[in-house]
Amino acid sequence: MIRVQREDFDAGKEIAALGAGNRAVGGVAAFIGLVRDMAGGEAIGAMTLEHYPGMTERMLERIEAEAAERWPLEATLIVHRHGRLEPGEQIVLVATASAHRRASFEACEFLVDWLKTKAPFWKLEEKASGAEWVEARASDDDAAARWRLPGTKSESDAAE
Amino acid sequence: MKLLYFAWLKTKTGIAEEEVAPPPEVATVADLLAWLQGRGPGHAEALADLSALRVAVNQEYALPGDPVRPGDEVALFPPVTGG
Repeated sequence: MIRVQREDFDAGKEIAALGAGNRAVGGVAAFIGLVRDMAGGEAIGAMTLEHYPGMTERMLERIEAEAAERWPLEATLIVHRHGRLEPGEQIVLVATASAHRRASFEACEFLVDWLKTKAPFWKLEEKASGAEWVEARASDDDAAARWRLPGTKSESDAAE
Repeated sequence: MKLLYFAWLKTKTGIAEEEVAPPPEVATVADLLAWLQGRGPGHAEALADLSALRVAVNQEYALPGDPVRPGDEVALFPPVTGG
């Protein structure tokens, strides 16, 4: 399941609900992304996450479907927030449930890596020097590329 | 054709969305970007470096050679930074 929302989420409740009642689940892995108070050595007052309503949901559903094809998963959850967030606030929750830990861990990492490079979100950081759009990092592309299957190309390598 | 601008493309063009009717010779994403560069100083600045741009046509990532048609929703944005 995927959700894009302004409001905060209760990670404990969300994780507990994932695959609840499904006795085939043997392990749940979860990642929670938080707003840091520093970026590039400068203090961050807050950040605003902008997104592309419609395409965001479509891309998140697609990467979730991709994970379900690659790993034997019982359930997955992606909750991604948008709007203005302050340091310490939760940005994203990714959780995966499977019979065994390896599939849970790997699929969780895959989902985080792919959503960072494919889901249309943009961060605007508020610093003392002014508001600044965060630039995409090559290390995030490298992390996502690790999961690329042989003979496929990245969808996000567009307009280059 | 509906155009959407996100992140600094919105800031630089000063527009979040606009309705445009490009001439018939604008057939691909690359044609559209070249045509938009001539639309005004804000557009020229925002579209100065095409390598910094990503394009989605009808909410799907698109390449320069992909077709654009009247009625399409075309979004212009920088590489994504979510998560």
